[in-house]
Amino acid sequence: MSDSKNIIPTMAEMNAKGESPEILFWVGCAGSFDDRYKSVTKAFVKILNKVGISFAVLGQEESCTGDPARRAGNEFLFQMQAMSNIQVLDGYNVKKIVTACPHCFNTLKNEYPELGGNYEVIHHSTFLQQLIDEGKVKPADGNPFEGEKITYHDSCYLGRSNNVYEAPRRVLEALDVELVEMKRCKTNGLCCGAGGAQMFKDSEPGAKEINVERTEEAIDTGANIIASACPFCLTMLADGVKAKDKESEVKVFDLAELIAKAEDL
Amino acid sequence: MVLAVASYLLARRYKFIKKGISLGKPLDRTDRSSERWRSMFLVAFGQKKMFKNPLPAFLHLFVYAGFLIINLEVLEFIIDGLAGTHRIFAPYLGGFYTVLINFFEFLAVAVLTACVVFLIRRNIIKVPRFHKPEMKKWPTLDANLILFTEIILMMAILKMNAADQVLQAKGAAHYTHTGTLFFSSFFMPFFENFEIGTLIIFERAFWWFHIVGILGFAVYVTYSKHLHIFLAFPNTYFANLNPMGKIANMDSVTNEVKLMLGMPVEGDAATPPAEVGRFGAKDVNDLSWKSLMDSFTCTECGRCTAECPANQTGKKLSPRAIMMATRDRVEDVLTNDKGLENGKSLLNSFISKEEINACTSCNACVEACPVLIDPLSIILELRRYVSMEESGSPAAWNSMFQNIETNFAPWKFAPTDRFNWADDLKN
Repeated sequence: MSDSKNIIPTMAEMNAKGESPEILFWVGCAGSFDDRYKSVTKAFVKILNKVGISFAVLGQEESCTGDPARRAGNEFLFQMQAMSNIQVLDGYNVKKIVTACPHCFNTLKNEYPELGGNYEVIHHSTFLQQLIDEGKVKPADGNPFEGEKITYHDSCYLGRSNNVYEAPRRVLEALDVELVEMKRCKTNGLCCGAGGAQMFKDSEPGAKEINVERTEEAIDTGANIIASACPFCLTMLADGVKAKDKESEVKVFDLAELIAKAEDL
Repeated sequence: MVLAVASYLLARRYKFIKKGISLGKPLDRTDRSSERWRSMFLVAFGQKKMFKNPLPAFLHLFVYAGFLIINLEVLEFIIDGLAGTHRIFAPYLGGFYTVLINFFEFLAVAVLTACVVFLIRRNIIKVPRFHKPEMKKWPTLDANLILFTEIILMMAILKMNAADQVLQAKGAAHYTHTGTLFFSSFFMPFFENFEIGTLIIFERAFWWFHIVGILGFAVYVTYSKHLHIFLAFPNTYFANLNPMGKIANMDSVTNEVKLMLGMPVEGDAATPPAEVGRFGAKDVNDLSWKSLMDSFTCTECGRCTAECPANQTGKKLSPRAIMMATRDRVEDVLTNDKGLENGKSLLNSFISKEEINACTSCNACVEACPVLIDPLSIILELRRYVSMEESGSPAAWNSMFQNIETNFAPWKFAPTDRFNWADDLKN
């Protein structure tokens, strides 16, 4: 594992040199600020460096897509965010965006076009699957996860919202893991409890926290690793594992972290 | 006479429901017609979504097929009734008539069986989704009444055919030979000891019972939760075809935001935008007509509520209750003297903030609905009203809004720190 020798160009730097990258990596707020998710961001950047793809980030010019504002009902704030983001993206003539956040993915892909922002947007699970299909990422035999029992938690904004069910599973299969499904999976997947801006407030009174309900279901599969592809799901499930006092037996990882570890990055 | 009364009542009710749906705001759902026909064919006619749960799906299919096909016989009933004939099609169809009526009898038995199983599921096994707080009193009685009525109507067909066959055997005049009708022949022993005259009364009584019953049922359906048998078709046709995660843009907001940002606005920017009315929805007339059609289409099966993560963990939110409350409010508006201005509104009087705030927008309810109802869009419109018109969102959300405005992230981090994650990678 080494943290050195990774290049992370910004759009501004590339633009100054008159270059334009093949893809923009949209890091997202969780990927930029959340201590846990920053490691996903770093893992993904290492993979991008390893395969040698031309990419850039917006750095300090990036800003919230507005997803939680829109879902909490504040359409004004959402559109303010969206329009200023579109100005930045169009200013750099961005064509293709990859992001590790299903909420950013959904908003950029489905909701920006109506405000004039048209980009090819793909989620990092699909991107990783493409790298695997193209043979650019080949988790070696004897990778640390071979034969491990892993369950995958579907993010609502990736699955039901955008029908991305197979790509994350194909990524896990490439690691030769034993993939076990929870009872509520794919179209019937149970939410982690964070969507619709719930991430940013306490839940309403009830009998149980949604993330505990979901974590119990994941633990019941007997998996040692819960794989996720969303920053909010990752937080909710990690909190759930903590609440169930299972931190030593069950780990929660993002797909990019698993691939980066398997590739010894 | 009976037919005229039923037609009059149905027409009146049709107008009422149409008026209810028209309270909604315009929304264009006429694009992509081939996709729409396809979706209607698969989801409404083919019941594709029901098959997520095979047992109720098959039973429901029996009732549905029975309902559609047995009503062909009602056509004969109506012609017989108007022309004073008896089994007018029998002589023309000959042996095929026997096959046909036998098939109808098979369906009648299938419908009957399914309805009995449904009653058991509701009242004895007590499947949890039929026993949520919103399923008290009328909704539960309504469901049971519908099932009982269907059972009684099917029994009437079988007994009528049984009496008819006994009459045929006894050589009563006008009773055309139908051939052996398998299922109803089991009921023949009940009738064999009666005189022809009594039997004719029985047979006629069952006939009248069935025809009046069917027409009465048709009228009842329009007052009940059972409207889905008609509305499932338009409702699936006009359903949302976009990815579920996409929230439709509010163009009225776009114009204002563009003015604020000093961007060119389409049309004449010098003239202020037309009166936009309310942002979001406080009442049913702020929702789209499709949301209101959704509410009339809902048959209260509760698949949405059973899948809702908030409801499963004991929160007050139930997507079914959202749909029921919306319909209740529409009917309230249409039936009280003051209409919308009777001091009530959908938000607060019928749906509480606690309910709408609990939604994770996960779309499980939308995915679960067998007739493509979208409870989430109602919840979102209510949240929009609370946020933009009342600034009444939960305090934590108001802080989140403020963070986005000032720090460009939903958390309170300095925007200049946004790229710090890269520091230890670059070295």
